Amino acid sequence: MSEKSYRDAIRDAMMEEMDRDPNVLIMGEDIGVYEGTFRITAGMLKKYGPKRVIDTPIAEAGMAGTAVGMAMLGLRPIVEMMTMNFAIVAADQILNHAAKVRYFSGGQVDVPMVIRGPQGAGVQLSAQHSQTFEAFYGHFPGLAVVVPGTPADAKGMLKTAIRGKDPVIFLESAALYGMKGEVPDDPDFTVPFGVSRVAREGSDVTVVSYGRMLQLSLIVADKLSSEGIEAEVIDLRSMRPLDLDPVYESIAKTHRAVVVQEQWKPFGAGAEIAASIMENAFDELDAPVVRVTGEDVPMPYARNLELLATPHETHIVSAIRKVMYANG
Amino acid sequence: MEASCPAPEWNDILRQMIFIRRFEEATEREFRRGKIGGYLHVYSGQEAVASGILTAIKKGDVVFSGYRDHAHALALGAEPGRVMAELFGKGTGLSKGKGGSMHLFDAEHGFYGGYGIVGGHLTLAAGSAYALRYRETDQICVCYFGDGAMNIGSFHEALNMAGLWGKQGMCPMLLIIENNGYAMGTSVDRHSALTDLAARVRAYNIPAEKVDGQDVFAVRGAADRIVRQIRETGKPYCIEAVTYRFSGHGAADILQPYRTKDEVEQHKHRDPILILRKRLGEICGTTDDDVKKMDEWANAEVAKALQFAEESEAPEPSELFTDVVAEHGPVSVYENE
Repeated sequence: MSEKSYRDAIRDAMMEEMDRDPNVLIMGEDIGVYEGTFRITAGMLKKYGPKRVIDTPIAEAGMAGTAVGMAMLGLRPIVEMMTMNFAIVAADQILNHAAKVRYFSGGQVDVPMVIRGPQGAGVQLSAQHSQTFEAFYGHFPGLAVVVPGTPADAKGMLKTAIRGKDPVIFLESAALYGMKGEVPDDPDFTVPFGVSRVAREGSDVTVVSYGRMLQLSLIVADKLSSEGIEAEVIDLRSMRPLDLDPVYESIAKTHRAVVVQEQWKPFGAGAEIAASIMENAFDELDAPVVRVTGEDVPMPYARNLELLATPHETHIVSAIRKVMYANG
Repeated sequence: MEASCPAPEWNDILRQMIFIRRFEEATEREFRRGKIGGYLHVYSGQEAVASGILTAIKKGDVVFSGYRDHAHALALGAEPGRVMAELFGKGTGLSKGKGGSMHLFDAEHGFYGGYGIVGGHLTLAAGSAYALRYRETDQICVCYFGDGAMNIGSFHEALNMAGLWGKQGMCPMLLIIENNGYAMGTSVDRHSALTDLAARVRAYNIPAEKVDGQDVFAVRGAADRIVRQIRETGKPYCIEAVTYRFSGHGAADILQPYRTKDEVEQHKHRDPILILRKRLGEICGTTDDDVKKMDEWANAEVAKALQFAEESEAPEPSELFTDVVAEHGPVSVYENE
């Protein structure tokens, strides 16, 4: 084990896989000479050269679509989106092509590619640069969608993504890039998709989250512990495939559940999770599931408004009190 | 290729073009009979563009197309029965009945699809060309698209990247504009600010030339020269094949309010099959009787394909859930290899 930042864990995963497999390459805007907006790719051009570290024009559809073509012919491209907001430009390539070509060809091709980049609220990035996309991509069969919330998962899941056979949407949180954590040194350490984990054990309430909201949920759980409330925090890690068995098992113990997501409530991940709990663990519930979400508005610029738009500790605390029928 | 005899290959090309025509006529009939569902875009009138190019490439080359794709699959050697079975939605189809007319796919013969979103596949083709060079092969990628594809963003993003990669010899890509005069029902002068389509490609540092797409000698001649050049240099090149489709845009395009019957009849005087037939009569002594035999062979092959499609079973219900992601479902797939 070594202590690594989330950022370095991502870089290590890519470089180890590029060392391991000559078919792995990376492309993106200003990832080479400029070394990346978030410096994830620092040093990679120098080490691997321009054939494997491709500086692209600002052309997300071009990047994503060419990656599909490369993947169909056996390469393993990683596409770095400067932010996932820009990947909407490539929606046709991702949703209509990457996610579909295996199916409509009757399984004649693998599409081993990764589209990765940061998402979610930063600090005053306003409406076009602060969105989250796990629910958006999670809707589409043919994709894998993961949202790692720790450096270890960032590394292990990115390796799984690069070694896979299908297109993976790898959603990072820019707010977590500096976060440090223990990461296994084994170059073959991988984390499978579709396996949720219990991030913190507890007996009173189940808090379901992922990505940046996982970290917020863990902070809240520790604080409530001093009040005698023990929250069990489930880290989903992967949206598609989605593993909710640990959630149901936890609810069988706690009988109460809160789902925490960063952004808009309508049709969000929380809706899917709450509905699945209804379908599979209804008899275990002692209270309706409560969702903690961002406000249903485009992200504002002004700092005070931005803070009002995103979930905070107090929102999670209130939700937990609500499902526990506790005041205060 | 020189237009001279003896050259049995020209007779093979004529035979292939006649076969594609008969095949497409059959698909229109079967669509009307309800045997073929969904959308159906037939190729009649444009045969010289498929046959002229695809007889000039070699095994290992990869081909991408839009949704008017039957001819490309057939010319590459896809089994006609399996093509027809795909259109019939049968489990024996090229794509197990999961793709249909717009998504023919036959990787074994180098056909990498059949795509239904106009222009989207150009980016895939550019990436596949990069991959071919990355792996240090001399294979090339051929990408067919219509004039209508030239106005969507992915066209421009793909061509710019192809042009850039071509500077490093990393994009062996032959772009074929099948300029049949219409983006669905919108004529070139109504959909393209600049009607010289080849000129628009040159803007991306990709050489482009206009070829008579009804004359398979012209198409094949250009293809032989250009394919060799692309293979040697790894740089993209574009052919604008000026052609015409005799049928409607799709099987539902019956009224065709965007063009007159007279216009269609005028273009039928330049039927690529008639043009080739006449030339072969002059230079190879190909007779009406020879052509009649080709026609009979084509009809028999189409009948066999129809019979195969008709007698094939629909896909197993379990096929609904296969090929969504690799092999045995998402979780196991992503575990360590």
